Amino acid sequence: MKLDNLYKEEKKSAFAKLSEIIITMASRPSGLIGLSILLFHIILAFISPYVAPHDFKAIDPTLMLQAPSAEYWFGTDDLGRDVFTRTILGGRTALTITFFGSLIALLWGGLLGIFCGLVGGKIDDVVMRIVDAFLSIPWILAMLLIVSLLGTSTEVLIPALGFFYGKGIVRVARAATHDVIAKDFIVSAKARGHSNFSIIWNEIIPNVRDAILVEGAMRWSWMLLGFSSLSFLGFGVSPPTPDWGLMISNARGLMSFAYWAVIAPIVGLSSLIIGINLTADAFAKALGIDRSTKAPV
Amino acid sequence: MTDIIQKVKNLSIGFRSKKGEEILILKNISTNIKKGETVGIVGESGSGKSTLALAMMGYVKHGLYTIGGECQFNSSNLLKMKSKDLEKIRGRKIAMIPQNAGQALTPNLKIGYQIDEALQLHSDLNEKEREKKISELLNKVRLPSPETIALRYPHELSGGQQQRVAVAMALAGTPDLLLLDEPTTGLDVTTQAHVLELLNFIAKDTGTSMVYVSHDLGAIAQVSDRIIVMYSGEIVLEGPSRDILKRPIHPYTHGLLKSIPKLSLAGLPESMPGSQPQPGTIQSGCSFFDRCNFSDENCKNNSPQLEFLKDINTSVRCFNYEKLVKENQVSQTVNKIKNKSQDKEILNLSEVSISYAKQKLLDQIFNRISDDNPTVKDININIKKGETIALVGESGSGKSTILKSIAGLLRTKDGLIRFDENRNLSSDLKERDPNDLRIIQLIFQNPDESLNPNHTVEEIIAQPLKLYFGLKGEELKKNIIDLLQKVRLGEFYTSRYPRQLSGGEKQRVAVARAFAAKPDIILCDEVTSALDVSVQAAVLNLLQQLKEDFGTTYIFVSHDLAVVRAISDRVAVLYQGRLCEVGPSNDVYKFPSHPYTEVLLGAVLEPDPDIKPKLVAEDIVEERPPEKGCSFQGRCSRMVGDICKKEIPPWQLTDSGNAIRCHIPIKELQKEQF
Repeated sequence: MKLDNLYKEEKKSAFAKLSEIIITMASRPSGLIGLSILLFHIILAFISPYVAPHDFKAIDPTLMLQAPSAEYWFGTDDLGRDVFTRTILGGRTALTITFFGSLIALLWGGLLGIFCGLVGGKIDDVVMRIVDAFLSIPWILAMLLIVSLLGTSTEVLIPALGFFYGKGIVRVARAATHDVIAKDFIVSAKARGHSNFSIIWNEIIPNVRDAILVEGAMRWSWMLLGFSSLSFLGFGVSPPTPDWGLMISNARGLMSFAYWAVIAPIVGLSSLIIGINLTADAFAKALGIDRSTKAPV
Repeated sequence: MTDIIQKVKNLSIGFRSKKGEEILILKNISTNIKKGETVGIVGESGSGKSTLALAMMGYVKHGLYTIGGECQFNSSNLLKMKSKDLEKIRGRKIAMIPQNAGQALTPNLKIGYQIDEALQLHSDLNEKEREKKISELLNKVRLPSPETIALRYPHELSGGQQQRVAVAMALAGTPDLLLLDEPTTGLDVTTQAHVLELLNFIAKDTGTSMVYVSHDLGAIAQVSDRIIVMYSGEIVLEGPSRDILKRPIHPYTHGLLKSIPKLSLAGLPESMPGSQPQPGTIQSGCSFFDRCNFSDENCKNNSPQLEFLKDINTSVRCFNYEKLVKENQVSQTVNKIKNKSQDKEILNLSEVSISYAKQKLLDQIFNRISDDNPTVKDININIKKGETIALVGESGSGKSTILKSIAGLLRTKDGLIRFDENRNLSSDLKERDPNDLRIIQLIFQNPDESLNPNHTVEEIIAQPLKLYFGLKGEELKKNIIDLLQKVRLGEFYTSRYPRQLSGGEKQRVAVARAFAAKPDIILCDEVTSALDVSVQAAVLNLLQQLKEDFGTTYIFVSHDLAVVRAISDRVAVLYQGRLCEVGPSNDVYKFPSHPYTEVLLGAVLEPDPDIKPKLVAEDIVEERPPEKGCSFQGRCSRMVGDICKKEIPPWQLTDSGNAIRCHIPIKELQKEQF
């Protein structure tokens, strides 16, 4: 048959699919910029302990609030610590905690949303009202409560952030499931007698995966901002661990005469958030989901 | 010449693929539309017929662009016009009637307001005159009591009425040319016949030229003076309607007419092999080459040109049309189906009723359904092993509802569904054991929706094999390939995704999945209505073949009486969820019959200009079945009196074993109405 050549699209391995998606993402200028920024930050997080020029916790009263120089590229802060060293190290904690936090958010939010979308009825009603109730609580207040009760350790922060940012994903996953659930292939699977688990795993997840992944990527950047806000308020990372939120909070009072101490962490934080946002958008477009036409719930 | 209203000259429209190749949707189309003439454009999905109709309005869909040629209207090229000038022509000179009027009308504005809007745009009438014009227009499209209709919202009208409103809106600008894009496709058979009759009337009354785009040769035959047949972006045949339908001289049209099931012929029509090529795949030679029965080496290498034959006033794109000129009539041969049904009963529905009513709190607690007037009521059908029984009716007749409850997807309110004489099938899906689920399989209307787009063909067919038989590895693979061969698909299809298959291939995969469970009964829900005509016959033939091989029983739901005629042994006619007539299909299609069957049969459109549909009852749609009496009382033209409104009619048996539920005595029914 002549037509065969046209249809030669064999089943691809997951790796081949991923690399194809990344190539499509990078083919757009915005995607390329986003990906490079994100990649830069990830690489920096890995290598920063080995390339940092100074000790991040070395306090030296004689070097207080030095302007940028050849020795201290970004100057020093109010305790005489090197701002450059602290800036390149400052993203590590935030990046790690929020990465695992969003994974947890994706997992529970996605699965619960799909489950509610599939079973519907009473269970759906009850679960969604609980989710709505939690959505109405200002997350920062709730986070402050949790942190002040349980402390600011990583084991507390990751699940707590994961929980609060997963609520939104529940709604997105449920809506995406509703789009699929009315299709005949689901009806067909139900009529064959497949279990709910099998329907979710085989029939629904492959069709809602993309939408949920994109949503998760967006939540990642929001969570980063949220985590930095916590640090800013003093509830995130405890000193002397370098962290952007904390650094901004410490240096903001001295902004009028030592601007360098506050600008460096701000650039670090905002560039990472912009990078993740651009990447998520490019990811959505590469998968054929246009976020501009679909507002997140 | 002045009587040409729209002149399409060497029009090519296409898009650029990802690789940068130019892919043509329309290839060098030239045709003229004359004043007062109705031209039917017919073709399968993807043949470019809608693109051509839209181009006649100066509109090219997003993503496509004009490669060459022009569309001249009043000697100005619409495709090069500025949008400001186009606005003056669209609606006022050229109007369009869309396929789905329900979606084309704004849901939150009253009908009268929407027509008024069109009038304000396209006429210079003042308020008083517009008011008069609105009722005039609504009168013209034969809507009852225009004054009240004008005050209604679109959702308060039936599909047929909505379509009439769309016609009225199109007529508001008194256009010279009306473009109709599949205007009756979504409608019920009876409504369809009424709307077509209206269009015919309007064409005569106003002298408007019409371009009627459809895939349905039956509808085209009723309205058009001239027919253009399109295939793969080209005009393959163009000529007077009667000649084309009676003596098609292009192999595609010839084959197409042969593959349409007809009411007058029981049995399956011949099928056409293959499917229409995807745009951009044909490089050289005739685009119909690999499906053609008349092709030779010449067709493979050279593309035929459109040739005008003066003596029959027809243009044809074929090297070998002469072979067909000699054949003066389409002789349709059908494969008579052998009735192999045994006497053994396989499925028995007794006193089944189904309700969609919302359960009240008390009913929820006691887990019961209380509804005095359920959607489906009193269904008693015995289905014998190996037979094909068809459930026929218009939308809302409850035919799909019955299928769903046989499959267990919908709870029954009352009644029993028994399998194999003594096994009761629970009405709840969760309570059925896996074997009960295996014996009944479903095939759906639209294969795009019934196949998971993210699964390969292999994964799709593997689902029931893994679930019911626990197959794994080599054995699973072998079974899948076996099944694919049974539905005439090659082994290489296993790694493909549904989006890489044509409509017919997708439906074959769906058939293979149903047969994978080795079921005793297969429920077919409108399985051919989403398919192109040329593919439909092939799928029907396949289903018949599989049935003969496996001895499966089919329950076949369809609104298309000709398709039902072709495949079924027995027919059950439903109206508003109540049975009207049950009997062997030969007898149901003959008199005497239930008044509703009569209406349905009369409205069937055949691709023959000599067979006109008979319009019996009004095309009103009832929301709910009547509380008491005969279900058809609202539309029946043969009511015998109050008894029809008060008492449920009795079953009457004809000599041939056909059961009719009507108060009118059999002898009386025997008399034809027209």
